[in-house]
Amino acid sequence: MKRREFLKSATALTAAGCLSAPAIWSKAKAQSRQETLLIVSESGPNNLDIHGVGTNVPGYEVSWNCYDRLISHEMKTLPNGTPYYDKSKFKPELAEDMSIGDMSVTFKLKNDAVFQDGTPVTANDVKWSFDRAVTVGGFPTFQMSAGSLTKPEQFVVVDDGTFRVDFAKKDRLTIPDLAVIVPCVLNSQLVKKHATEQDPWGLEYTKLNTVGSGAFKVTNWTAASQVVFERNDNWKSGPLPKIKRVIWRMVPDAGNRRALLERGDADVSYDLPNKDFAELKSDGKLNIVSTPYSNGIQYIGMNVQHPPFDNVKVRHAVAYAIPYQKIMDAVLYGLAKPMFGAPVDTPIEVAWPQPHRFNTDLGMAKQLLGEAGYANGIQEPIQISFDLGFAGVNEPICVLMQESLAQVGIQSMINKVPGANWRTELTKKTMPLFTNVFSGWLDYPEYFFYWCYHSGKSIFNTMDYQSSAIDGFIDGARAAAANGDAAAYDMDVKGFVDLAFTDMPRIPLYQPYVNVAMQKNISGYQYWFHRRLDYRSFEKA
Amino acid sequence: MMTLIVQRVAMAIPSLIGVVVVTFLLTRMLPGDPAAYFAGPAATPQAIQEVRVKLGLDKPLIQQFGRYVVDLAHGNFGTSLTTGQPVITELRTRLPASAELTLLGLFVSIAIAVPLGIVAATRPNSLLDHTCRIVSTAGVSLPVFFTGLILIYVFYYLLGWAPAPLGRLDVFYLAPPQVTGFHLIDSLIAGDPQTFTATLKQLVLPALTLGVFSLAPIARMTRASMLTVLSSDFIRTARASGLSNWTVVITYAFRNAMLPVITTLGMVFSFLLGANVLVEKVFAWPGIGSYAVEALLASDFAPVQGFVLTMAVMYVTLNLMIDILYGLIDPRVRLEA
Amino acid sequence: MIDTTAVARRESPLASLLRHSRHVLAENPVTGFAFALFLLIFLAALFGPQMAPYDPLASNTAQTLKPPNAQHWFGTDQLGRDVFSRVIVATRLDFLIAIASVVLVFLMGGLAGVAAGFFGGWTDRIVGRIADTIMAFPLFVLAMGIVAALGNTVQNIVLATAIVNFPLYARIARAEANVRREAGFVEAARLSGNANWRILVGQILPNVFPILVVQMSLTMGYAILNAAGLSFIGLGVRPPTPEWGIMVAEGAAFMVSGQWWNALFPGAALMIAVFCFNLLGDGLRDIVDPRKRT
Repeated sequence: MKRREFLKSATALTAAGCLSAPAIWSKAKAQSRQETLLIVSESGPNNLDIHGVGTNVPGYEVSWNCYDRLISHEMKTLPNGTPYYDKSKFKPELAEDMSIGDMSVTFKLKNDAVFQDGTPVTANDVKWSFDRAVTVGGFPTFQMSAGSLTKPEQFVVVDDGTFRVDFAKKDRLTIPDLAVIVPCVLNSQLVKKHATEQDPWGLEYTKLNTVGSGAFKVTNWTAASQVVFERNDNWKSGPLPKIKRVIWRMVPDAGNRRALLERGDADVSYDLPNKDFAELKSDGKLNIVSTPYSNGIQYIGMNVQHPPFDNVKVRHAVAYAIPYQKIMDAVLYGLAKPMFGAPVDTPIEVAWPQPHRFNTDLGMAKQLLGEAGYANGIQEPIQISFDLGFAGVNEPICVLMQESLAQVGIQSMINKVPGANWRTELTKKTMPLFTNVFSGWLDYPEYFFYWCYHSGKSIFNTMDYQSSAIDGFIDGARAAAANGDAAAYDMDVKGFVDLAFTDMPRIPLYQPYVNVAMQKNISGYQYWFHRRLDYRSFEKA
Repeated sequence: MMTLIVQRVAMAIPSLIGVVVVTFLLTRMLPGDPAAYFAGPAATPQAIQEVRVKLGLDKPLIQQFGRYVVDLAHGNFGTSLTTGQPVITELRTRLPASAELTLLGLFVSIAIAVPLGIVAATRPNSLLDHTCRIVSTAGVSLPVFFTGLILIYVFYYLLGWAPAPLGRLDVFYLAPPQVTGFHLIDSLIAGDPQTFTATLKQLVLPALTLGVFSLAPIARMTRASMLTVLSSDFIRTARASGLSNWTVVITYAFRNAMLPVITTLGMVFSFLLGANVLVEKVFAWPGIGSYAVEALLASDFAPVQGFVLTMAVMYVTLNLMIDILYGLIDPRVRLEA
Repeated sequence: MIDTTAVARRESPLASLLRHSRHVLAENPVTGFAFALFLLIFLAALFGPQMAPYDPLASNTAQTLKPPNAQHWFGTDQLGRDVFSRVIVATRLDFLIAIASVVLVFLMGGLAGVAAGFFGGWTDRIVGRIADTIMAFPLFVLAMGIVAALGNTVQNIVLATAIVNFPLYARIARAEANVRREAGFVEAARLSGNANWRILVGQILPNVFPILVVQMSLTMGYAILNAAGLSFIGLGVRPPTPEWGIMVAEGAAFMVSGQWWNALFPGAALMIAVFCFNLLGDGLRDIVDPRKRT
């Protein structure tokens, strides 16, 4: 008896709920939908603090939007109308004035900047944050060192409103390095309250809480599910953002992300397969913006210390065997800038990336293999490895390459390496043939070459390429840049690019595009060197 | 009854120990080096080695296992690399999401399969019987993720009937105050019919996907069990006494046929718990299944270990509950034990 | 008067089996249909690669994602490969995965189970513990873990499927062996001086086999679904090998943009195969032991 009554009442309640609900929620929903930016991506942050241990790339986006830095970049406009960060023009953010001396740079801080809890921002907070960045180790420390910022002694508090950075040596990259995500300013007093013996920098607290003076703050974070940001109405370092609330949802399935965008249930996504971007562009229902990666290329790497790739002719043969155009068409749908096939007599420019002179020519490939002593090809299958974390692009590239190599007599086998293991494999430097992408936040050729081609055992020199000649050019270029010697700089840059194209330890394929899909009523997208979204400039019509 | 429970629990302990050991070994065999992950993208081999020592990963396996067991005894399931949160907190928040989905899926399955089985049993070998068999077998013949994706494509993308597959609740709804963690129940307790309806709408497609996948075993068991009961003496008596078909089939036969079906339900439930990892991935469901899969692919062992242990304990508890239920319904079983 | 001239004809066991089968098939046309389908799949597995009109691995980037047409009956995939050829050639691999899995699990589970049922004692306890431990795992996650740990090759996928199904086979085999342990023919074999293991393999296993065959048919379907599920997660076979599961997993991403043929055809092939194996299991059960019909 009681069971039946319960069932009856529950059914009635549900029915009543269904009937009364529509009228009430649709208006509230519509209004709050208008004030919120809904972003969908495959994965989210594992830590809200870029100084944290093992923070992943989505965590960088949180840091960018919730914390301020001393300086930032001005925007210039590309021919297609997209705002693009100007790598040589800086604009004040927390610092309202910057004066560069011979071996130091001094910043005057804004006197009304406050952290999200109301505490004023002082030079002590800046020093504490910078000390933290160079001391915690891992990626943040590495990035700081890219601009020769390595010791806490370099950071000096002149007074509450003035902060100075002393140079360890002259380095053209020091100032740009102060505008990247890592040197962000944290509320040192608040974090110190949560620091412990084992955790002197308060990393456990900042992992879960944003404590900056930036334009947004995280009000809710459910790992692997969503991040909710609310605007900081007291933001002083720039014009108040138009968007009041940002919800970033993780949706693992790419097809679902596309469906959400097409039905208008999501506002922004940058995480779709290239094919979807190409189709959405031609459909015209959404705004698709594609911008080339600054200082980044997708390449084929070969281990040059072991046969067969220790022979430069074999490397050239592979460079002739790659089906470049097939890759551009079938994998990228044209959404990338080719880095191959430049006419043979093109002069080397002082720029990076730039295209090399190889193109698909199976006849040449076979001939070179013959000259190298592999007239019968290579029967023992070579492993082609790729990062499973980016399988959407990597897998078809490797499949097409495998097919093409087979046509010139090189047998191969595809090796999928799980994303978590990819870095370890790269460090080991044992993979004979692989595809990878590298890009640097600081858009200077010598920066790229220093990390990727210099012999100093960098983990980004994935080919284990040792050449004292190229080291000479790279070191020369860096010194010339620091001293402002333009002629020497140009000569050295042309030198290392030319050598890279002659020796071909790695074969550039293309410069990838950053693609973003947005509803038509969204505007204000800006391209930044970190390629993540800057919520401060978005607007919803 | 108590002896039954104690006996069963005692028998389950070696299995649980086996599960802990096997999971530990399997996760240690996964490719991927947590030390490299923690050390960051530009770490030198020395830096990675330092992190390895700090995490205790350089010690021999036996020692690491010992430490793991000691941690377990203190309720410490470790911390996840990929989300940075303690595993036990995440399991606690995510388990109700999976349980709610699996239970609703089971409910959908029962609602379709049991009537199907009863109808098939009343007319054996007829066209209806064969159709029922074909329908239920068809459901189980497609990979479960494919069924889910097709349902999303048809009902969300093409028809717009179902809501966006964004998880348990649409972004503009706040979760109801936590009592059981089951949004359906909690929203009713909080007296919030809008959240209830919103939750229900999000649950429809994933529950349907899971339900379709588990139709076959339940339908078959119901049919078989009903067939056996329908051919028994007391049913013949009931029919001979002139009782209506409905009364005979439902009131008498079905009640007696329930037992084997309940045992099958237990097996189906644990089978669904395994299958829902794929459904959770397709529907962006924040449950323990998707948690474990992400962790496994990232070679993040603590969540995988925690997930497997939790599932094993749930499975043992579930079987125990079914045995008790069985004993309550059928006194013959109790007397035997 | 009793007619003593009519002597009952002695039927050979095979003839009696065939007669019984014909009777079952006549009563249940669905089973007949399943047998026919099984034969079709077997033929496709055997002759598929020769019959395929195109090379399943040959890419053609000028013809990517073309819908079904006269040249490409099932259309082309994202690299321009012919879907029809890939589906046909994949039959062999999937069929092999199914067969290898059931053979392996029969050997592992069947043998362990009959040994446990026949010898009892410690053998029984150990096999029982192993089976219980495996059963306590969420089975798909165990399969995932095994493949992730050992590497995603076809052998490991087969091994994972076999391990996951081990408890079921061990249980069935054990029950059957237990029943037959005291049977007359076993006693007779023992008295003739046969060693225990010979009795096990020669007498008991062949008797248990028919019961297990029913389960094996269902496991064949499960093996293919398992491979598909693993492919969806990224732990399936290596590209560019054509296999139904991985084709469905990859093709699913194209459904939203309207290229349904990538996922539908391999999905249909997969479904038909699994469906066939399931119905086959039912039919075999009717032939082998009609009392257990469901």
